[in-house]
Amino acid sequence: MYNSGDTAWVLTSAALVLFMTPGLALFYGGMVRRKNVLGMMIQNFTVMAVVSLLWVWVTYSLAFGPDWGGHGIIGTLHFAGLGHIHQSVPGFTHQHAQTIPPVVFVIFQMMFAIITPALLTGSSADRMKFGAFIVLIVAWSILVYAPITHWVFSPEGWLARRGTEDFAGGTVVEVNAGVAGLALALVIGRRRGWPGNLMRPHNIPLTVMGGGILWFGWFGFNAGSALNAGGAGTAFVNTNTATAAALLAWIAVEKLRTGKPTTLGAVSGAIAGAVGITPACGYVNTLGATVIGLVAGLASALAVSLKFKMRVDDSLDVLAVHGIAGLVGTLMVGLFGTAGSLGANGLFYGGGGKLLGNQALAVLCVGVFSFVMTALIALAIRVVVGLRVSEDDERIGLDLTLHEENAYDFEAAAGRRAIGEGGHW
Amino acid sequence: MKLVTAVIKPFKLEDVKSALQDAGVTGMTVSEAQGFGRQGGHTEVYRGAEYRIDFVPKVRLEVVVSDADAGRVLDVLVEAGRTGRIGDGKVWITPVEDLVRIRTGERGNDAVS
Repeated sequence: MYNSGDTAWVLTSAALVLFMTPGLALFYGGMVRRKNVLGMMIQNFTVMAVVSLLWVWVTYSLAFGPDWGGHGIIGTLHFAGLGHIHQSVPGFTHQHAQTIPPVVFVIFQMMFAIITPALLTGSSADRMKFGAFIVLIVAWSILVYAPITHWVFSPEGWLARRGTEDFAGGTVVEVNAGVAGLALALVIGRRRGWPGNLMRPHNIPLTVMGGGILWFGWFGFNAGSALNAGGAGTAFVNTNTATAAALLAWIAVEKLRTGKPTTLGAVSGAIAGAVGITPACGYVNTLGATVIGLVAGLASALAVSLKFKMRVDDSLDVLAVHGIAGLVGTLMVGLFGTAGSLGANGLFYGGGGKLLGNQALAVLCVGVFSFVMTALIALAIRVVVGLRVSEDDERIGLDLTLHEENAYDFEAAAGRRAIGEGGHW
Repeated sequence: MKLVTAVIKPFKLEDVKSALQDAGVTGMTVSEAQGFGRQGGHTEVYRGAEYRIDFVPKVRLEVVVSDADAGRVLDVLVEAGRTGRIGDGKVWITPVEDLVRIRTGERGNDAVS
C-alpha cells in the first residue's frame, strides 16, 4: 500500500525539481548578452507551462503507459488526460513496486519532462523565434522525450529490460538534451558574428544564483528518483559529493590552463558534477561518486573548447556540460556500479563488462536517436515557419524585438523617471 | 572661460575630486566612459575561451573654470590622477565661448563659481 513518508518525499522532490527550471533561466540568463536575457528567461518559464499541459494530456502516457505492441519502444495513450490513473504504473513490480500513488509519480516525472527541453534554450540562445521554440518543445516532447523515457525509465522499455541503469536521467535527460542541443545548434546556425565576436556573459552573479538553485533542486531530482524516502539518502549524499568534486576539478583545470580559477568555471563544474552523478547516484558508493564527479568536471571543462574546433555555436555549452558529463556518468555506472537492491555490479566490483556494455548501448542509442530526431524536427520547423529571427531583430536583441521589454531600466535608476512627474532634486 | 576635460581611471575619481575641491573648484560633472589609448584593452576568460575587451571603463570629468585658473586646475588634475602606470588617461583644455547659470541668468566668469 502507499507509504505516507515516501509520498511526502516524492511530492517535495517534485517541487524541488520544478524550481530547477527557473534556476536554469537564471543560470542561462546570466550567460547571454544583456539584450537577450528576457528572451532566454521567457523560453525557460514558458516550457513549464507547455510541458505541464502536454504531460498530463499526452506525453506521460506515451512514456509510462502500458507498452504498445510489447517492443518497449513507446507507451499507449491509456493514461492520456490522466485517465485510469488509479491503476499502478506498468512494470513497477517486485523490487521496483511503487509505494506512492501513481498521480504522485506523474507530477514528479513531469518536472523532468519540463527541464529536459528547457536545456535546449542554451544551445539556440539569442537567435530563435519564440513561436518556433514552442512548436519545437511540443514536437520534441512527443517524438524524442517520451520514447526515450519509455525505453529507459519505464521497466517495460527495451533498454530497461536489457539492464541499463539510469537512476535519475543520465541518458534520458542529460545525454538526450546534450545531443539534441548540438543538433539544434547545427540546424539553426551560428549567431551572427560568432566566433569572431565571442559574446561574453552579461551577468555572472545571475548564473551563480541559478547554479546554486540547480544544485539545491538536484537533491529532489536525484534523491527523489529513489521514489521512496528510506532509500533516498545515498543518492542525496552522492549527488553532493560528485557536485563538489567536479567544481574543484573544473577550477583546477582552469588554474593549470590559464592561471586563474573563474566564477563561471566553478558554477559550470558544479553542474557538470551533478549531471555526471545523475545516472549513478543510487548505484555507487562514496568512492564511485567522488571519481565520477572528478572525471565529469574534468571532461566537461576540456570539452567546452570542442565547439570552436567543430565551428558549432552551441552557445551555452549544452553538449559539453550536459552531454559529455552525462555520457561520463552513464558509462561509469558500468565501472563503479555496486550490487544493491536495485543495481548490478560494474567492472570494478566483479560484475564483468556486461553492465558497461548495457550502459554504452544506452548512450549510443539515446544519442543517435535524439540527434537524428531533433535535427529532423528542427529542419521541418525551419522549412515551415522558420527557426531564426531576422538579422535586424538578432542585432537589436530578442527582449525588445520579440517581447517589447527591457530587463534593466538603468534610466530610472539614474533619476530619469522624475521627468514629467514634477520631481525636483 | 575654459572647459577642462579629464579622462581618468575610475578608482582615482575620489582623489581627483578632493584635490580639485582643495584647489577651490566648486563644481564638476562626471560621467562613466569607455575607451582605450596606448593601454589597449584587456582579456577576460569565460569557460576557457579568451575574450579580448578593447574598451576599458574610465571616468570623464568636466569642469569649467576662468581663463586664469585653467592652467592650475589642469596641473592639479594631472597630479591627482597619476598612478604612473599605463592607462592613466588624458587632460585637455578647450575654450568656452559663453556660460550662463540657468537659475540666475549670470553670465561669463560670474557663472563659473
